[in-house]
Amino acid sequence: MARPRKKRNKEIFALGNEAVVEGALLAGCTFYGGYPITPSSEIMEIMAQRLPLIPNGSFIQMEDEIAGLGSVIGASLAGRKAMTATSGPGFSLMQEHLGYGCITETPLVIVNVMRGGPSTGLPTSPAQGDVQQARWGTHGDHSIIVLSASNVQECLDNTIEAFNLAEKYRTPVILLIDEITAHTREKIIIPNPDEYEVFNRIVPTMPPEWYKPYEETVRGVPPMPAIGSGYRFHVTGLTHDTNGFPTSRPDEVRELNERLFRKIDQFLHDVQLVDEVDTEDADVVVIAYGTVARSAELAVKQARDLGVKAGLLKLSTLFPYPRKATEKIMSKAHTLVVPEMNMGQMSREVKRVNNGQVSVRTINKVDGQIITPAEILKVLTRV
Amino acid sequence: MVDMKGTQLIHEYLRHNKKFPHVFCAGCGHGIVLGSLIRSIHGLGLSKDEVCVVAGIGCSGRLAAYVDFNTVHTTHGRALTFATGIKMAKPNMHVIVVMGDGDSMAIGGNHLIHAARRNIGVTALILNNNIYGMTGGQCSPTTPAGSFSMTTPLGQMEQSFDCVELCSAAKANYVARGTVFHVKKLDKMIMDGISNPGFGVVEILTPCHTQYGRKNKYRTPVDMYKMLKKDVIDIDRYEKLSEADKAKKVPSGVFVQKDDSGLEEKFYQMAAKCQGGA
Repeated sequence: MARPRKKRNKEIFALGNEAVVEGALLAGCTFYGGYPITPSSEIMEIMAQRLPLIPNGSFIQMEDEIAGLGSVIGASLAGRKAMTATSGPGFSLMQEHLGYGCITETPLVIVNVMRGGPSTGLPTSPAQGDVQQARWGTHGDHSIIVLSASNVQECLDNTIEAFNLAEKYRTPVILLIDEITAHTREKIIIPNPDEYEVFNRIVPTMPPEWYKPYEETVRGVPPMPAIGSGYRFHVTGLTHDTNGFPTSRPDEVRELNERLFRKIDQFLHDVQLVDEVDTEDADVVVIAYGTVARSAELAVKQARDLGVKAGLLKLSTLFPYPRKATEKIMSKAHTLVVPEMNMGQMSREVKRVNNGQVSVRTINKVDGQIITPAEILKVLTRV
Repeated sequence: MVDMKGTQLIHEYLRHNKKFPHVFCAGCGHGIVLGSLIRSIHGLGLSKDEVCVVAGIGCSGRLAAYVDFNTVHTTHGRALTFATGIKMAKPNMHVIVVMGDGDSMAIGGNHLIHAARRNIGVTALILNNNIYGMTGGQCSPTTPAGSFSMTTPLGQMEQSFDCVELCSAAKANYVARGTVFHVKKLDKMIMDGISNPGFGVVEILTPCHTQYGRKNKYRTPVDMYKMLKKDVIDIDRYEKLSEADKAKKVPSGVFVQKDDSGLEEKFYQMAAKCQGGA
């Protein structure tokens, strides 16, 4: 007797880097431009195979990372959902164009598979050393959205989220993953199209002669037409007025810079994504992200077994830093533990929010090895 | 095509919501290039929406803001990378890149040779005035040996790049050199460059009396234009000169003209095959 066929989501066994590609394609990405670098190269290699199979998909290997992000901005201005992927040294090269993406309000996604540094560092060892570079790497004041992923499924889910936030807020979004997650192979579920949301940038509907490309709107995000669609306007990295032309008039300069912050800051509830595990009654809460969050999750479970009221706040959004979520757990817990594969880049943010209210313990490791559950457990049982 | 003459035609393509006056010095050649670009686009019968002008940084970079096309003013030296993305995304657009000599051959040298090598269907106008104008008159990769600038007070001791030889060696589809003194020829070169399916380069010799001239005994715009008139000769005439005379002259004209299809065309044809099309 034939059993009724249950409609199932597709399950695949994938690398973190492969999952990023799946997520990007589900989100509607049709352009990839970049330069290969370990440990992010698989993202580019798989894109080279997949994009030519999609109508309108295009792929190009550029001469360096600067060119890679330049081509991505060009393609995005021309109406495509576009991305690039890189690793530490390549991300450093991209910083000038990241700033250009911010001021021109060009949606794009940069995946940075972090490796040990500084400089060429440890090409295939994990690290979380690019956290503050993602926030402040480019020059000048700007807002930015930085996401992370702690397992292969999240690589897929958060890549979709990265594209959605980029399109919704007309801004570059950076996805930071570390080498372990990128090179771990796990079973993941590819969702059906009706199970996830895809956000497309809002295009103008007014006649072209009425359109002002950088005008204030209710959301703070102006509609964005594609190059060649009949709306002709000037795009510049110079500080510009609402028409897009360079200006140094203090009122116009202030208006632009403040709007660039405001358009993200007024929707913090939409961009600050966190997961909480056992935090309701926790005395000690681990704040972690990336692969380290998996170690932390196990450590919290083991600590509970030993009678320690431990919890985990897992950050999917690193910037804008999830202040509210942190303040909520601080109202109950007496200690925060921040394990990171760097010398304390995210614990700076935690300490800034904490401002001396509760005890903050850091666990820092920069030897190219992951922080193990045992190392976190040791701290949890001693506080 | 509407028949219009001179400034009437130019005004048709200028942006009226842009705050004029422009940034160029009186006597600068960049305005002539802008006029030539507009006449070429008009001459080819292209609509404003089909054209995207991408510019780098510096005086030449400001040129894009004045014209009523889709315009992108990019980062220093990287204009070609943005143009490559736009062309790959919109293969039917005519993407024209306006760069200076520092823009294209110093900070952007890598992008220039690779754009030529991959033969992306973009047209690059290289406005060569042998100097960094907007930055205050420092030497550029094309500042001739022996000439003076703010950073070569003892005279330039390095060799200079020959844009035409560089782009020809990097396998660009179309390579030409014109000047803002020989405007009719320049119009034709830009039109041919835009019509060419692959990567087209038009090096345009345009004077900067403000920064280059004042340091090198060409104090007025007229001195600079006289130099262009005297020193720049047609490639046919140049070839007939003796080696000693060649050293004093600059050849102009079309140096490379192939009709290989552009990268974007090759890519989409191959992709269509992969998707099961013809």
